[in-house]
Amino acid sequence: MPLATLPVLTPALPEIFLAVAALLLLMAGVFSNAETNTRTISYASILVLLVTIPFVGMVTEGRSVTFGGAFVTDTFAVYIKALVLISAAAAILMSKDYLKIQGIERFEFPVLIVLATLGMMMMISANDLIALYLGIELQSLSLYVIASFQRDSTRSAEAGLKYFVLGALSSGMMLYGMSMIYGFSGSTSFDTLATIFHDLHGHAPAIGVIVGIVFITAGLAFKVSAVPFHMWTPDVYEGAPTPVTALFAVAPKIAAMGLFIRVMTGPFGDLGGQWQQIVIFISVASMLLGAFAAINQTNIKRLMAYSSIGHMGYALIGLAVAGVAGDVAIRADGVQGMLVYLGIYMFMNIGTFACILLMKRDGRMVEGIDDLAGLSKTNPGLAMVLSIFMFSMAGIPPLAGFLGKLYVFQAAIQAELYTLAVIGVLASVVGAFYYIRIIKVMYFDAPADELDTGISLEMKAILVVTGIVIVFFIFYPMPLITGAEHATAALFHK
Amino acid sequence: MMTNFPWLSVITFAPLVGVFFILLIRGDEETTARNARGIALWTSVVTFFVSLGIWVNFDNSTAAFQFVEKVVWMPGLNLAYHLGVDGISMFFVILSTLLTVICIVASWVAITDRVKEYMIAFLVLETLMVGMFSSLDIMLFYVFFEGVLIPMFIIIGVWGGPRRNYAAYKLFLYTLAGSVLMLLAILTMMSEAGTAEIPKLLKYDFAPTLQPWLWLAFFASFAVKVPMWPVHTWLPDAHVEAPTAGSVILAGVLLKFGGYGFLRFSLPMFPLASADFTPLIFTLSVIAVIYTSLVALAQEDMKKLIAYSSVAHMGFVTIGTFAGNLQGIEGAIIQMLSHGVVSAALFLVVGVVYDRIHSRDIDAYGGLVHRMPKYALIFMVFMMASVGLPGTSGFVGEFLILVGAFKANTWVAAFTTTGVILGAAYMLYLYRRVIFGELTKENLKTILDVNAREVAIFAPLLLIVFVMGIYPSLFLDVMHVSVENLVDRYQSALAAAQHISAVAK
Repeated sequence: MPLATLPVLTPALPEIFLAVAALLLLMAGVFSNAETNTRTISYASILVLLVTIPFVGMVTEGRSVTFGGAFVTDTFAVYIKALVLISAAAAILMSKDYLKIQGIERFEFPVLIVLATLGMMMMISANDLIALYLGIELQSLSLYVIASFQRDSTRSAEAGLKYFVLGALSSGMMLYGMSMIYGFSGSTSFDTLATIFHDLHGHAPAIGVIVGIVFITAGLAFKVSAVPFHMWTPDVYEGAPTPVTALFAVAPKIAAMGLFIRVMTGPFGDLGGQWQQIVIFISVASMLLGAFAAINQTNIKRLMAYSSIGHMGYALIGLAVAGVAGDVAIRADGVQGMLVYLGIYMFMNIGTFACILLMKRDGRMVEGIDDLAGLSKTNPGLAMVLSIFMFSMAGIPPLAGFLGKLYVFQAAIQAELYTLAVIGVLASVVGAFYYIRIIKVMYFDAPADELDTGISLEMKAILVVTGIVIVFFIFYPMPLITGAEHATAALFHK
Repeated sequence: MMTNFPWLSVITFAPLVGVFFILLIRGDEETTARNARGIALWTSVVTFFVSLGIWVNFDNSTAAFQFVEKVVWMPGLNLAYHLGVDGISMFFVILSTLLTVICIVASWVAITDRVKEYMIAFLVLETLMVGMFSSLDIMLFYVFFEGVLIPMFIIIGVWGGPRRNYAAYKLFLYTLAGSVLMLLAILTMMSEAGTAEIPKLLKYDFAPTLQPWLWLAFFASFAVKVPMWPVHTWLPDAHVEAPTAGSVILAGVLLKFGGYGFLRFSLPMFPLASADFTPLIFTLSVIAVIYTSLVALAQEDMKKLIAYSSVAHMGFVTIGTFAGNLQGIEGAIIQMLSHGVVSAALFLVVGVVYDRIHSRDIDAYGGLVHRMPKYALIFMVFMMASVGLPGTSGFVGEFLILVGAFKANTWVAAFTTTGVILGAAYMLYLYRRVIFGELTKENLKTILDVNAREVAIFAPLLLIVFVMGIYPSLFLDVMHVSVENLVDRYQSALAAAQHISAVAK
């Protein structure tokens, strides 16, 4: 009897490194004096995440597969993983003050984020329905816990529970969809599925496959909080501790978007006609809901929840383009636009949440939009940075947010999805209304009670870096765009 | 001489250098304000003199773009940082730099709150305006065009009057809603023509079935900016609430974005659609000229009156543009330049008394000539220029437009002419109520005449009004070849289309 051969581990090296590091950090936390070492472990976690980035970039040479074809790394994975790692590191960096103020400074927090990040990286590299599910669950379980990390707060507990119940529901739907796909095609491997559906030569697949795609799409739409699977978002955003919200707004969404792209363009790449209309629908619905529902919000975290729903709608335009039958170049443009959008989205959100985390009065956190009143007088620097982010989110040139929108709309126009593009730009006008309302509150309204002005070094660094990226992106956009181009190439030129 | 000097980049980005230095200012409020004013003034003055360089070095004999600079920007989308001016856009660059200087001087004492931010906003605005007029890449154009909203929103919202929130929102959302559709049209054009270069797009023939859609999308944006009736309602609000300098820049330059857009894009790029939609433009413009003139007649607020007169005057511009002949288009450009100077001056004129009495109500004044003879004289000149008295810049523009309109459509010319009469009516009525009569109001009895700083503001504007009115060739010669080229392009495209349809029959 031959010994089972060990799979080639090199493609998964960053994940293995991250897993080992997470366990070591956990050990270090458990076996040392937790109170004094939380800081050290936070910084160690950040370091681990950042070290993983060059690791991720180093491994890839073309496309390599391992674990019996269930795990893949390519330039696409590298791009998305880099975004996820940066945002996870930023979330930990931002959390320090907040955790101290709320009295929940525990070493588990950074470790859980590292574990969640590991799950996200597994998702991004999934090349099999089972691997996809494993990645999602590892990510979600860690996120459920940190959503309710503030144990004494009922709101935080509620957020965690809500997230858990609805997340479990969506996982169930996704599993059901997967079983349908498996039942009607006989495989869970993305590569095999792609071949099977390619061989249909444009004929409609079995109805069970379509049902399966619908359920998988629903599950993924839940993860990216696209309408109509968005209901959890505002409550979880509001209830969860703010650094956790900051993490939720970027890392898991970007990872889930990456997964969405891979699933739709990979195994189901030749079935665009079947899923494109679903994606168009959720895209339109998300843009409109994100724009209109945010208008009446008074809590800035809830506002950001709706804003992120809207942004996911814009990003999904790119996926809708990728579902167009025919020209590969146009489909690739859609995905590239989406990747550029997600990259810019990450910087805007990290910056905005850093600003939100600085909203303190007498040492306590506040989160009402009205609390920002007159900030331009009491703290001009912060007000200026936050208004830059807001204008950028509204998509006003010359800020980076505009270029993100430009890329997805350009793809939509090329693919002749004119109605989608028109609805998108009109929704962005409505969206602009609530973004500029924040600027109005800061600049035009009389000052409310002053917010605390001290800004820690970490926060300053985050604000300066993200601010510079957003303002100067237009002068030198090529790094991100070239990255997105390489990433897209991996999906469309196998 | 100095042909390789990057004139336009220097003019565009010089104000940002000023912004950089203003950001570095530290110290107490008094010093910061003083230094910010000083830096802003120096920056804008230098920029203005540099911008005169493009006039001096301008070659009148060619319709091609001059001072061209091109650097690849985003190769994936074929976008480039591409600047250049021709006879149509050159004066708008200078108008922008001139009015920025005027604005900064005009705000010298009127603005005391957050001076640093105020000056930054104006300098950023200058960069965006100059960039807009000199972009030769259509996406770059859009970036500048839309970016203007940011400083304008802040200027009105922070330093505006009591209803500034409403006005700032209205300005922002109206113009944004208009221009996002233009963005989609631009993307369609890029995908259709495979280029974003304006010089190439000017020569590209878009499919006749596509042209109306593109035209309408551009129209949505430019009609709001011009503004044309019935989407003009943001303008009176914005003007009334904006600080004086905000009104000046709004009336002087931002309204020209729309007129310039029609000339640069709609007419030459979609000639067939422009011809088809000309009746629409004529109807809306005639309504604007007559209706808003009547509305202006009934105003009690000086700024509002001038705002409505702007809508009427810009109605002339759109008529001249879409007349599609040499006189009409040259008239439109001259009218835009003249209106840029005259309406800006009129807002400054209102600003002078507003700074003293803090009221814009016409009824709050009367008999000012007794205390302020110099002021009355200045006001009179600009009032006459606005009315279109021969010898002032207003006359040249209106006359050429009417000639052009007459060639295109006599009825339109006839209706438009009534606008000239109504214009005289509301301006003279305003002048009589503010300047003449008995000086009865208590608070006016001690009012002071214009001081040296204010005279310095008005002097260059007066000069331009007369030079443009008495010797318009100075301006017309520069734009002549470019406009001729534009008219040729427009007429030949129409002739070609007619030929095709005739053959088809």
